[in-house]
Amino acid sequence: MPEALLEITDAERRFGGGRTLFGKSLPAVHAVQGVALDVKKGETMGVVGESGCGKSTLARLIVGLDKPTGGTIRFDGTDLVAEAKADPRKLARKVQYVFQDPVASLNPRKTIRTILEAPLIHLRGFDGQKREERLRELMEAVNLAPEFLDRYPHEFSGGQAQRIGIARALAADPDMIVLDEPVSALDVSVQAQVLNILDRLKDEFGLTYIFISHDLSVVESVSDRVAVMYFGRIVEIGPAKEVFARPRHPYTHLLLNSAPVPGRKSLIPEDTNTELPDPYNPPPGCSFFARCPRGTDVCKTAFPPLDQTDGNENHRAACYHPHGDD
Amino acid sequence: MGAYIAKRLLAAIPVIFGLSIIVFVIMAMIPGDPALAILGSFATPENVEKLNRDLGLDKPMVQQYFIWLGNMFHGDFGRSYTLNRPVIDEVLERFSATLILAGPALLLCSIFGLLAGIVSAVRQYGWADKVITFIVLIGISTPSFWLGLLLILVFAVKIKLFPPSGMWAIYGGGDLPDLLAHLTLPALTLAVVATGVIARLTRTSMLEVLRQDYIRTARAKGISERRVIYKHAFKAALVSVVPVIGIQAGFVLGGAVYIETVFQWPGIGSMLVKAISTRDILLVQGGVLVVATAYVLFNLIVDVVQTILDPRLR
Amino acid sequence: MAEVTAGTAPEKKKKRGRPSAVRLLMNNTLAAGGLVVLCLVILLALAAPLLPLPNPDVTAPANRLQPLFAEGHLLGTDALGRDILSRLIWGTRVSLAVGISATLIAAFFGSLIGLVAGYAGGRVDNLMMRGIDMIMAFPYILLALAIVAALGPGLLNALYAIAVVNIPFFARNIRGITVGLSRREFVDAARLSGKSNAQILFMEILPNVLPVIIITMSTTIGWMILETAGLSFLGLGAQPPQADLGSMLGDGRKILFTAPHVSIVPGLMIFVLVMSINLLGDGVRDVLDPRLKSGALSRPVARTAVTRTNVPDVRPKTGTTLDMQGLKTEFHVGGDIYKAVGGVDLKLKQGECLGLVGESGSGKSVTAMSIMGLVPTPPGRIVDGVALLEGDDLFSMTDEQVRQLRGSVVSHVFQDPLSTLHPLFTVGDQLVEAIQAHQPLSSADAQKKAADLLAMVRIPNPAERLKAYPHELSGGMRQRVCIAMALANDARMIIADEPTTALDVTVQAQVLSLLATLRKEHNVAILFITHDFGVVSAICDRVAVMYAGKIVETGTTDEILSAPAHPYTSRLIACVPVLGEPGRRLDAIEGRPPVVNNLPEGCAFAARCPKAQPDCRSGEIPLAEMSEGRAVRCLYPETKEPIDA
Repeated sequence: MPEALLEITDAERRFGGGRTLFGKSLPAVHAVQGVALDVKKGETMGVVGESGCGKSTLARLIVGLDKPTGGTIRFDGTDLVAEAKADPRKLARKVQYVFQDPVASLNPRKTIRTILEAPLIHLRGFDGQKREERLRELMEAVNLAPEFLDRYPHEFSGGQAQRIGIARALAADPDMIVLDEPVSALDVSVQAQVLNILDRLKDEFGLTYIFISHDLSVVESVSDRVAVMYFGRIVEIGPAKEVFARPRHPYTHLLLNSAPVPGRKSLIPEDTNTELPDPYNPPPGCSFFARCPRGTDVCKTAFPPLDQTDGNENHRAACYHPHGDD
Repeated sequence: MGAYIAKRLLAAIPVIFGLSIIVFVIMAMIPGDPALAILGSFATPENVEKLNRDLGLDKPMVQQYFIWLGNMFHGDFGRSYTLNRPVIDEVLERFSATLILAGPALLLCSIFGLLAGIVSAVRQYGWADKVITFIVLIGISTPSFWLGLLLILVFAVKIKLFPPSGMWAIYGGGDLPDLLAHLTLPALTLAVVATGVIARLTRTSMLEVLRQDYIRTARAKGISERRVIYKHAFKAALVSVVPVIGIQAGFVLGGAVYIETVFQWPGIGSMLVKAISTRDILLVQGGVLVVATAYVLFNLIVDVVQTILDPRLR
Repeated sequence: MAEVTAGTAPEKKKKRGRPSAVRLLMNNTLAAGGLVVLCLVILLALAAPLLPLPNPDVTAPANRLQPLFAEGHLLGTDALGRDILSRLIWGTRVSLAVGISATLIAAFFGSLIGLVAGYAGGRVDNLMMRGIDMIMAFPYILLALAIVAALGPGLLNALYAIAVVNIPFFARNIRGITVGLSRREFVDAARLSGKSNAQILFMEILPNVLPVIIITMSTTIGWMILETAGLSFLGLGAQPPQADLGSMLGDGRKILFTAPHVSIVPGLMIFVLVMSINLLGDGVRDVLDPRLKSGALSRPVARTAVTRTNVPDVRPKTGTTLDMQGLKTEFHVGGDIYKAVGGVDLKLKQGECLGLVGESGSGKSVTAMSIMGLVPTPPGRIVDGVALLEGDDLFSMTDEQVRQLRGSVVSHVFQDPLSTLHPLFTVGDQLVEAIQAHQPLSSADAQKKAADLLAMVRIPNPAERLKAYPHELSGGMRQRVCIAMALANDARMIIADEPTTALDVTVQAQVLSLLATLRKEHNVAILFITHDFGVVSAICDRVAVMYAGKIVETGTTDEILSAPAHPYTSRLIACVPVLGEPGRRLDAIEGRPPVVNNLPEGCAFAARCPKAQPDCRSGEIPLAEMSEGRAVRCLYPETKEPIDA
């Protein structure tokens, strides 16, 4: 079994908090809480969840755009948080990021050449000749004509812009790319183009992906393993096939039943109208309790640990009463 | 709401505190010996030293500031040496005259500015819009002191409709019609520029609001176009116009400096100009402090109005 | 994904072939006029030493107060007998120099403060902006007066004073823009590309802020010239013998009644100068402001303009709620015509749900918004077709008739429930307004009905929720409120434009099942616009697929999903991953949809279609009926025979 490339233990990101001048404590929100995650070299780790579940915050922690307020993140044995502080460029050579909104991630006043050159200059230290060569290779890798190098971002469609975003991430020659909803801003017919390119590049460059999305079908189609997030925590993790075929956590169940599928006549919505709990005033036990049809009193006491298995150590759920136990 | 107002009031205290520091520092920057300036030809070395001690000018700056602030707090702004009367009396008297001038001017510019802006936006690219836009542009390009002179020439000298200057008639008068006659020209002049600024902003805000999704929703509900514009759009546009009215109050108060000089209105602006040229420092600092404090309080009111309008700010 | 508004798609493409900024500026007659006048004034001022002018400071008491057009003194002389024309030109030189320098100083320091504060954020930002607020707490001119009082009267001191009081103006403006830009993804991207903070601030952000700095400068320079002239007018600026326009005016004031021209002439010069700068500034703003450039600040009118040259004669069929035929909607932007909808027929029976499916730019939203005239005009207009609502043509009705139908017979549910509800009114107010627009109910009755409506869409505590503002509700709750509003007056048709796209999956499922239930209970027809075949399956009876402004295929949901006939439909279905089938290969559709201002002849999909033949690229391809209620716009459809599901 390959080594874990990325090890996240007990990561926490709290926003707000602290105290006022007069010592009154300010309200705090835990965007990410107690997250533990191992990503092995060469795999695609899918992270799914609805808006506000903390998946984008987790992504930003991994690439160093944000710093955790607790826990550790290790990459290939070194402490990422310390490294991001000491030399952000070192981190940027290992882990890169692809943004959700492809157009917003390109500076409207810069040509594609300048945008793609930046990582080559600042991270790779390439000189003119080598840079030019590399630029062509990158454009080729994402199926774009080299003539496009001297155009401005507004001349590109969403799909093309996202391919430029991917090329920029590749330019740093990273080991891992964090893809934060890379196709959700794209039209359906273009999504497949980008997904196919990502798939090819992974083999070509030996990459490891963390693929974050709210779209279950996309995550299912690309991931080797999947983590389901709810309210800042991972509630279920396991091989993609297992999680989607035999979901254990009631929330994963609800997600899968709610997702619209062509040919599925009616969706099975939950009966209650409850939504996410108040982040400033989280419930003491399991955060899904108020919406959960299987909840009992024990769920109100403490958040269940992510260690419920049904024999398979790799497929774990944070639930006292998981599906498949009954 | 009450709690909010109290909070805002508390927040105004450091601002006024900061104002006082700026004023104090600026006044301390003034070159030359104030005692020399005050005593003029009576400035013998002994007199200067005595006055310096009396004024506390021989103490360290920080201490001087707190003595100064303490005096202010007790309403002791010192004595104007040119007028030979307490600064506070002169300032308050002059300031009330300025308020009589600036209040109606602010009211005028708010009303006309909002109206012109709405009409302009609703008739975008129509002739009304073009005419208003052009007039507004002329308004903000005209030096108000020059406009005042022109108005005096036309309405006081040529047509003799209004008195050319002052606040009250020299003989008789003293009643409301007299005041209004004297007030009309300066208040109008003062309002012109601010009207233009408010009109331009109202137009842009209205145009921006009218494109919003919730305006489409209002139309999809089948309510009348009049209601869409005057209820839905106007209320939303006001949210961005109200703070500008607050800023314009500052321009009106400041612009009063010119207008009062042109029309010889006995307000605080003309007092300040005179005090600066005669280097009556205590008078300058008292006047600046009072006007600035009043302005801070006015903006407090604007903030509260803003919060009433926009529930998202609460 | 989803069309944000009906108008953005075509506007975005407008930038191609955009005329240069200078040419745009010259097209604006007022701005061009301003530029010409300003250039003349500047030339005159620059040429002052070369012109045969008398020395502006030489006094000649014998020649004092000559009138206009006096011999040797075109503009007369002042109280000391100095030539006014000469003084005017030299004074303009001074005023211009002072105004421009003050603007540059204020712009430099203000922008720097704004950039640093906005980018650094946190404590630095707080500290800097508190300082700026402190300066702003003074009424504008008052602070300038205080500074002049401290530094002493003089032109240079007046310049500093005016520059200082204008710094907050730049700082706040630029900070606002910078804060917005700093949160943009391209800044994060630059950071991940290895750029340092200084590089990001000055190489990534500054180029985007520059237009704003220029706009702010062009709108304040006139103001600064006015203010410095004002200080000189008060005797606090230029000191004799030096004169700028303000001090000339100030001198002339003393003899206003005897020799008005002495003060009127310099005042006029200030006015001409400032007016020309402001005209030019407005023009510059129009060219540089992206909102104005995209036409975003044009006001859409209450109803889409209808400019049909001929009105098709269509006999109404009974039993259909909506019968639309041959709808063509265009956007006229600049010289381009975007044919967003190029001939669409739609039929909707009572109680039926029709899904209108397509990608962004396919014209599905424009089609739906055309029905009740909610496409923004300008730039949109309906140029052809009829839309019969229960037999009456909506496009030939008066505005008032359409208004009465909106929200009563036909209601709408839009995509983003936050932006579609008015942020400043409570949910209750907005519901009551919808009710009272069409029903003569008292306030109390309308309130009660509003609460009933909220209960109907399963919102707990309806009476309490009426007092809530939209921002206090979650996305799902807000969309329920919108649905309640759509049902306030027993509508017979709801036009739902991507109503669940902005929602989370679990909330989407709730809202969809609510819509499905209410549709059955109220027997209301729904025109459901979406890009998601999964959502279509969940709620629609029939589907119409749109591509490049035309319907390419229509049929029942089952028929289309199980046996798509148009190559576009089949590829659109094939390229989307399906839950439960992870192993499926995704067949991407290469290329991109055509732009609707330059549609190819024949089939719009031919360029991307693997089956395209030469005859696909010529003539009009008809929407051919395959069986009852099933039609396809293709010469070589995937299936000849419809397969029964």
